[in-house]
Amino acid sequence: MTTPIALDIRGLRKSFDRPAVDGLNLQVEGGEFYALLGPNGAGKTTTLRMVAGLLQPDEGAISVFGTDLAADPIQAKRKIAWVSDEPMIYDKLTPLEYLEFVSGLWGVEAQEAEARSLELIDWLGLEPHAQERCGGFSKGMRQKVALAGALVHEPQLIILDEPLTGLDAGSARQVKDVLLSKVKRGTTIIMTTHILEVAERMAERIGVIADGRLVAEGTFEELRGRSSKQTSTLEEVFLDIVEQDDAENLAA
Amino acid sequence: MTQVSFAPKSNSLGWFAAHEGRLIWRDFVSLITGGKPRRIVLVGTVIISFAVAMHMFVAHLLRFQLETGIAADTTTLLMISGLATMLFSLMFSQAIESVTRAYYARSDLDLLLSLPATSRRLFQVRTSILALQTTVFALLIASPLVNILGFMDDIRWLSAYLVIAALGGFATGSAVLITLFLFRTVGPSRTRLIAQIISAIVGAGFIISLQAMAILFGQGFSRLSVFTSQYSVDAAPALDSWAWIAARAAMGDGWSVLFLCAASALFLSATVSYSTRRFATDALATSGLIERKSNKTSFAGFTRSNSIRGILRRKEWQLLKRDPWLLSQSLQQLLYLVTPGLLLWVHYGQGGGIFYVVIPVVVMAAGQLAGGLSWVTISGEDAHELIDTSPISMKTILLAKVEAVVSIVALVIAPFLIALTVFSPRAAICLAIGTFLATFCAVLIQLWYRGQANRSLFRRRQVSSKTATISEAVVSILWAGGAALAYRHGVFLVPFAVFAGLVMLVAWYLRPRLNA
Repeated sequence: MTTPIALDIRGLRKSFDRPAVDGLNLQVEGGEFYALLGPNGAGKTTTLRMVAGLLQPDEGAISVFGTDLAADPIQAKRKIAWVSDEPMIYDKLTPLEYLEFVSGLWGVEAQEAEARSLELIDWLGLEPHAQERCGGFSKGMRQKVALAGALVHEPQLIILDEPLTGLDAGSARQVKDVLLSKVKRGTTIIMTTHILEVAERMAERIGVIADGRLVAEGTFEELRGRSSKQTSTLEEVFLDIVEQDDAENLAA
Repeated sequence: MTQVSFAPKSNSLGWFAAHEGRLIWRDFVSLITGGKPRRIVLVGTVIISFAVAMHMFVAHLLRFQLETGIAADTTTLLMISGLATMLFSLMFSQAIESVTRAYYARSDLDLLLSLPATSRRLFQVRTSILALQTTVFALLIASPLVNILGFMDDIRWLSAYLVIAALGGFATGSAVLITLFLFRTVGPSRTRLIAQIISAIVGAGFIISLQAMAILFGQGFSRLSVFTSQYSVDAAPALDSWAWIAARAAMGDGWSVLFLCAASALFLSATVSYSTRRFATDALATSGLIERKSNKTSFAGFTRSNSIRGILRRKEWQLLKRDPWLLSQSLQQLLYLVTPGLLLWVHYGQGGGIFYVVIPVVVMAAGQLAGGLSWVTISGEDAHELIDTSPISMKTILLAKVEAVVSIVALVIAPFLIALTVFSPRAAICLAIGTFLATFCAVLIQLWYRGQANRSLFRRRQVSSKTATISEAVVSILWAGGAALAYRHGVFLVPFAVFAGLVMLVAWYLRPRLNA
């Protein structure tokens, strides 16, 4: 049996003042934990925002589990959840009310939604604050509420843009555990991060993006093999790949 | 050789005052230019032209008084005291808003409290600058009247500037005291809301009084019946009473000026000195505020709705219900409609045509309320990424938001509509048509000009799009006028509908093109 393609990106382009994403091709298999790395301004967030339906591509096609995002955005969005580094939640709602609202948007049946919400609140350590409005929450707590919102409708594909920014060690650990358990249950995760250690430990495959193009892709071992230096950490491998790409661009 | 520098030494109080002044100036420029500094020359020209026009207008208005000379009689003293009270209410409203903001704005508070300087002194500077800011604003407003009186009647009228400055000190001192009182009595979590409501009511009171007086000025200065009526003159204190101290000072009485300025300076420095002892503690208390807890341990009822639109509507209502500040700001717009009512009453109401007063006022209120609430729900969506990534079409989302707004407008307007139905079904039909059209157009404009903004910026929403604000107001006025005259004959609605259509066309043409 072949593994389904969770995300299929072909020839994706998006320009603002300059090209942000420049003919990107990317495939992520179902049930995979994929880390998208790249220097600042490489086009990671722009790519993911296009996949989440927050930006319109200039060119190219995005398909989510076989559904063309441009042709049937509603059907594609049913399968996706998006969490950004700046969690956007409602200050005047409690975490439980927020999760109920999100469940309603994705059409989760009320009883099931309540059970899932309570489980997620417990899982992410939000129980002591479940009845407080989110307005007084720290950034880490807001991030956990946003993540719970992304998980409550059990999406097939979770897109995370720097989800660990601002989280303390304990909270980061909780979030990582939740994400890994979701992958074990067959959920596909695509995550950008600047914490390379996280990508190294969690991701099954890693893509390196620079100047809007995918310049390297593979498991950590495969990327290490591609590096010109005999290095051991992903940080060194990543820096080497980016330097090589810069040098090739200069030569060209 | 010692180098001489005119710049205040860094980390001195002078340097801090200059820093505060710079921030206020930049904020002001951003406010008047709509965030486009290149417009400063154009805006400056408009302001200067406006100031010149105001001076000419005041000179024209006072031409008879200037010819005969202004005597310090009871009527004049009543008039000056009335104007001083209005200016004081404006300054107080602005001061309480600024003082509250100084307590709650987190922008640089952490930096200030961690500086190697006494935070008490820094807050003294900050409060003094607030007083200055409040006073300068009032001085600018009063300048056409003071200048014309000073240069065309008696130079001693210029002492009115000192009176305004003294009132500014009293207003800021009172605002500081009230804020502190609220902190002690109702606590930091409610102080902001109550202070904002006080500010809004006092501020609206000033505008209403100002507009009401402008309406009465339209009939000539001597007909300013509030102050010239026999009742007011009879009830006024004797000419040598201390109650006229501000009016006498404005007319150039040296001892009154000296007394007012000294009392104001003393009051302001005493309140500032007292408040800054606790400022750091009080300001820090606002940072640890925990939003109110909900008693519910289960869901809020969003999923009880059978449709997506129902869920979205419930969410909008819940957010508004839990944000009393925003709700009061939205409903505050209704207060401003008292003066159009007065204007219409002056011109038409005397003939007993009460419907000519009620219909346009309510239609106008509906349009303004719909515009404000539409901005909150459409542009002020706090979790727009969640909404945009949800599997719901934009059409459904916007429709639900519009339904949430329209239902609130309907709830506010319903009592008027029911009352009018009892007295005159024809008037009720005109009101219903006018309200529908004004609401429809206001919502449509907000849909065309939708953006992404924080709800807390509600009071500054006009800055982001002046076209939307102006067209929304003009269309509301047109439908208000059209609905009122349609009560006389339906055909009168046609020209208003044509003009409203043209305004909508211009608004649509100038709308920002949405780029994904």
